[in-house]
Amino acid sequence: MGDLRLIPAKSDPAVRARLRGDVSFRALVLVLSIIATVPLLLILLFIIIRGASSINWQFLTQLPKPIGEAGGGISNAIVGTIILVLIATVISVPLGVIAGVFLSESGKSRLGTVARLSVETLMGIPSIVLGIVAYVWIVRPMGHFSAFSGGISLAMIMLPVITLSTEETLLMIPVSLREAALALGVSYPATIMRVVVPAGMSGIITGSLLAVARGAGETAPLLFTSFGSPFMALNIFRPMAALPQTIFYYATSPYPEWQALAWGASFVLLVIVLALNIVTKLVTSRWKIRF
Amino acid sequence: MKGTRISDTAFRSLLVIGGIAVSVLLVAILFSLFVASKPALVANGLRFLTGTEWDPVQNRFQALPFVFGTLLTSLIALIISTVLSLALAVVMGEYYRNGPFAFILQTAVELLAGIPSVVYGFIGLFFLVPVIRLLQEALGAPPYGVSILTASILLAFMILPYSASIGREIISLVPADLKEAALSLGATPSETVWKVTLPYARSGILGGVLLSLGRALGETMAVTMVIGNANGFSLNILGPGTTMASVIANEFSEASGDVYLASLIEIALLLFVITALINIAGKIVVTRMARM
Repeated sequence: MGDLRLIPAKSDPAVRARLRGDVSFRALVLVLSIIATVPLLLILLFIIIRGASSINWQFLTQLPKPIGEAGGGISNAIVGTIILVLIATVISVPLGVIAGVFLSESGKSRLGTVARLSVETLMGIPSIVLGIVAYVWIVRPMGHFSAFSGGISLAMIMLPVITLSTEETLLMIPVSLREAALALGVSYPATIMRVVVPAGMSGIITGSLLAVARGAGETAPLLFTSFGSPFMALNIFRPMAALPQTIFYYATSPYPEWQALAWGASFVLLVIVLALNIVTKLVTSRWKIRF
Repeated sequence: MKGTRISDTAFRSLLVIGGIAVSVLLVAILFSLFVASKPALVANGLRFLTGTEWDPVQNRFQALPFVFGTLLTSLIALIISTVLSLALAVVMGEYYRNGPFAFILQTAVELLAGIPSVVYGFIGLFFLVPVIRLLQEALGAPPYGVSILTASILLAFMILPYSASIGREIISLVPADLKEAALSLGATPSETVWKVTLPYARSGILGGVLLSLGRALGETMAVTMVIGNANGFSLNILGPGTTMASVIANEFSEASGDVYLASLIEIALLLFVITALINIAGKIVVTRMARM
C-alpha cells in the first residue's frame, strides 16, 4: 500500500474528523508497538552492558565458590550446557531430518498425516512436561539424576523444530529439479540425498541452529533431569550444571554477590542464543533457495 | 540394478521408520505420563479436578487452584499481549512493510522471541517486581512485588512476539484489491484497517492468539520466579498465586511419597492435554485462514 494519502475536501468538518481519527489511530498503534518492544530492548542493552562488565577470564574458567568467598565462575555451567546440547543434537538432528524428509516426501499419506500431527503436537508440549517424561523414562529407572536424561528432554524439545523446518524447506524445492535427476537415471535415494537435500541444506541448518538455540535456553526440564552440580562434571550419567539453571538459582538467591553472577551468566547465555539466531539469519540470507 | 533396488527400498523404509518414530514418540509420551500418574489417578479420583486442597502432609492432592492460576495468568497475559501484538502486526503488516523502521521492528520481535525464559524471569524480578511493589503500596495491598499480575505482565511480553509475527503474516495475506477498493471509495487508511483488513484477517489472528495461549499455559520458569508461589485459591491478582507449571517446578524434585509425585505428574498430564487441545485448535484456524 505504501503511502496512500488522500486529498479530500478539507473544509468539510466530517472529513476533518475522519482524518484526525486516521492520524490518531496511526499514532496509537505506533505508540503501542513502541511499548511492546522498546522497554525490553533497553533491558537487553542493560544486561549486555552490566553483564559484560562482570565478565572476565576467571568468571569463564573458574568453578563457583561458596557464598562469602569473593570471585568464582561458571565454567561448569558453560561446559554442562555444551555437553547437554551436544547430547540433544546428536539424538534430535538425525531423527528430525529423517522425519522431515519423510513428511516432505509422503506427507499426504495416512502415516504422513499422523506423523505431522504428532510433530506439531510435540512442538506445543510445555518443556516442563517433557522434563517429567525424561524423568519417568531415565531418571527413575536409573535411580539418580543425569545429564543424559537432561539431553533426552532437550532432544524432545528440539526434534519438532528440526522436523518442521526440514519439511518446510524441502517442500519449496521445485519438482523439476528431482524430475531432472530421476530422468537422468539417478536412483531415488541418490536423488533425495544428492539433489533435494543439498538444495534445501540452508533450511535444514537454519532449523537445527534455531533448535539448538532453543535447547540451550531451556531451564524447566533440567530441574529434575540433569539437576545441576557445583563441580566440573563430565560424566553424562551423573548430574550436571547448565547455564539457564545456574541463572535461575543465582537470580532467585537473596545474596547480591550471587545475583551479580546471575547477570554475568545471563550475558553469556544471551550471547550464545542471540549469536545462534544471528548466524541463522545470515545462513538464510546467504544460501537462500533461489530458483 | 539389483543393488540399487535394494537400497531404494531400504531408503524408503528408513524414511517410513522416521515417520513412525515421531508418531510413536508422542504416543509413548502420553502413555508414560498416564502410567506414571496412575497412583494419583486412583487415589485422587475426580476430586483432583474439583477440589481446592493441596496438602502433601495429609496426602490431599486437588489441583483446581493451580488450574485456575494457570488460566487466570494466561488470560490476563493474553488480553495485554493481544492489544500490543495487534498494534505491532498492523504496523509491521500494513503501515511499514519495508524500509529501515520495518527492519528494526522485525529484528526486535525476532530478538525478543529468542530470549530464554529464565532471563525473562530475571528481568521480571529486577525491573517489574519493584514497579508492582509500588502499585501494591499505592493500592494498600501487601507489597510483595511478586503477584499474579506481575507474572501476567511478564508473560504478556514473552508471548507477544509469536502472536505479533503470525498476525503480521496474516495481515499481509489480505488481498490488496480489497484494501484498494476501500481506499478508492474514500475510506481513510485507518478505516481500511478497521473495516477491511482486520475483519478479513480475524480468524487468522484468532489462531495466532490461540497459539500464543498455548505457550502461555506451559510457560514455567519466568512465571515461577515472579508469581510468589502461594498455595491456595486466590482471585486477588495483586497477591501471590501458583500455576500448574510452577507447582511442578517448585515441588517435583522434593516430592516424597508415591502419590505426591504421581499427583504432580498428573498435573503435567492435564497441562499436556490442555495445551495440545489449544494448539490443535489454533493450528486448524490458522491453516483454514491461509488456505482461503
